[in-house]
Amino acid sequence: MLKDHAKIIHAIALSGEVIGRKKLQKMIYIAKKMNFPFQERFQFHFYGPYSEELTLRVEELCNMGFLNEVKEKKGGYYQYRYTLTEEGEEFLGENDVDMPQLGNCLTDINTQNARFLELVSTILYFDNLPQGEVKDKVQTVKKSQKFTDEEFETAYQYIESLKGQTRQ
Amino acid sequence: MDYSAEKLHEEKVFKDPVHRYIHVQDRVIWDLIGTKEFQRLRRIKQLGTTFLTFHGAEHSRFNHSLGVYEIVRRITDTVFVGRPEWDQEERMLSLCAALLHDLGHGPYSHSFEKVFDLDHEDFTKAIVLGDTEVNQVLSRISADFPKKVAEVIDKTYESKLVVSLISSQIDADRMDYLQRDAYYTGVSYGHFDMERILRVMRPREDQVVFKQSGMHAVEDYIMSRYQMYWQVYFHPVTRSAEVILTKILHRAKHLHEQGYSFKHKPHHFYSFFKEEVTLEDYLKLDEGIVQYYFQIWLEEEDDVLRDLCARFINRNLYKYVEFDPAKEYKKLTKLSKLFEKAGIDPEYYLVVDSSSDLPYDFYRPGEEEERLPIHLLMKNGELRELSRESDIVDSISGKRRTDHKLYYPADLVAGHEEICELLD
Repeated sequence: MLKDHAKIIHAIALSGEVIGRKKLQKMIYIAKKMNFPFQERFQFHFYGPYSEELTLRVEELCNMGFLNEVKEKKGGYYQYRYTLTEEGEEFLGENDVDMPQLGNCLTDINTQNARFLELVSTILYFDNLPQGEVKDKVQTVKKSQKFTDEEFETAYQYIESLKGQTRQ
Repeated sequence: MDYSAEKLHEEKVFKDPVHRYIHVQDRVIWDLIGTKEFQRLRRIKQLGTTFLTFHGAEHSRFNHSLGVYEIVRRITDTVFVGRPEWDQEERMLSLCAALLHDLGHGPYSHSFEKVFDLDHEDFTKAIVLGDTEVNQVLSRISADFPKKVAEVIDKTYESKLVVSLISSQIDADRMDYLQRDAYYTGVSYGHFDMERILRVMRPREDQVVFKQSGMHAVEDYIMSRYQMYWQVYFHPVTRSAEVILTKILHRAKHLHEQGYSFKHKPHHFYSFFKEEVTLEDYLKLDEGIVQYYFQIWLEEEDDVLRDLCARFINRNLYKYVEFDPAKEYKKLTKLSKLFEKAGIDPEYYLVVDSSSDLPYDFYRPGEEEERLPIHLLMKNGELRELSRESDIVDSISGKRRTDHKLYYPADLVAGHEEICELLD
């Protein structure tokens, strides 16, 4: 009945700790693109695919006491650190989530930096376009990021390796 | 003659209760309105199940789409025209995107999307880019014009200014639906001085900004939006109807998957059940078709499907109680077991539904909410974020309000004392 809440808690439990709201957004989006059944809807925003539903879900889970959110100052802005609380673990114990392979996928994504995940998720957002057009499109909507050819190459390799992992 | 510049011999007007008149002079717009994909929007209600709460809310996505077009037309033709920051070459693109922005909405979109894992925005793009009459009209402008329209609607077009006309915290879409939904529901919220807002709009490279002198009109718009969400869009009775509608679709899909033999074959739903929906299948479905199936499912053997359809059609909706998921999720598990014991399937008859709204958000550098804030243009040319100037907006900025309710059929649980005690 609160299955979608449980899936997000499960994702954070598997990741151990997620630093940054932006990173959490990208992790869930990429996992969803790898066919893990997250229900949150994503649209294109400044940093790439973004889900208001996910923002809301995480906020709710914090209010419910299932997630711990620590706000910390980093340079000129604040960032948020998410971990599971004991109540969250208890809740998860009552709500089975069956997503094998998700752990490997999220652990891997969680080790990548936010810029790289922004590129990976934006490439995935445009995966309906021919590959030749994707790069131009990403460069247009992410003009300020100035992604290099090498970064694109690495991102494509990374997407393939994730697909390989989730197929296993 | 260049098709995108072609004008009708005589201006056409649509009488409209919100904008008085909707003016069409461009041949392209007139042709788009005449396409079968756009005419289909007459058969999709703007507010889904809200008509079961506010009986006047029978207006369609067709009305709203024309309204959004009209607002953008006024902006491009009277407010922005001649201003150096505005490229008049973008006018037709903005008008087409405004008119077509909701083209992919299906019947009762929210429930359908949830149950069949669809996204109306994907269908909007598919209609604009696919083998459709809309695509034929747009392609007459240029081969890449449909793609540009799809990009504006998808918010991935290179000019953020054009995107922000249709999609931002103060855009033509919201300005139309707030006023239109207020008019048709009959509520007194939702009204604001749009003429004033339009007069103080100014184009900038990446967004629309508002002269400081118009701040109070913008404040009024934000407050209208806030009130409309809680008084109309999240009305618990409307949500109850949507819960039942969603469960009907779930049940029908489940029965199909179980090999149940429907008395009347639900041909229109087969591709939805299989989650292999083509554009052709999608466009065939409208609210008339869906209501037809709900009627004939009243004769089905399956008790749950029959009961749910009867509830929706006869407006015998679920009751609701406030629910705090953090404190009461164990109660929910207990209730679920009691429902099962009483022979009432909790999967269909015990539902938690949540509503949430963030009325206005400011920009937090480095982190999301990712909403572009509203900027005021000060007399000295400086831009100031709205909540820094307005105490009213500041008081609700970044504050999300969430509401959870537990829905259940009061008539079915009556007499089951343990359940009733827990629900009291």
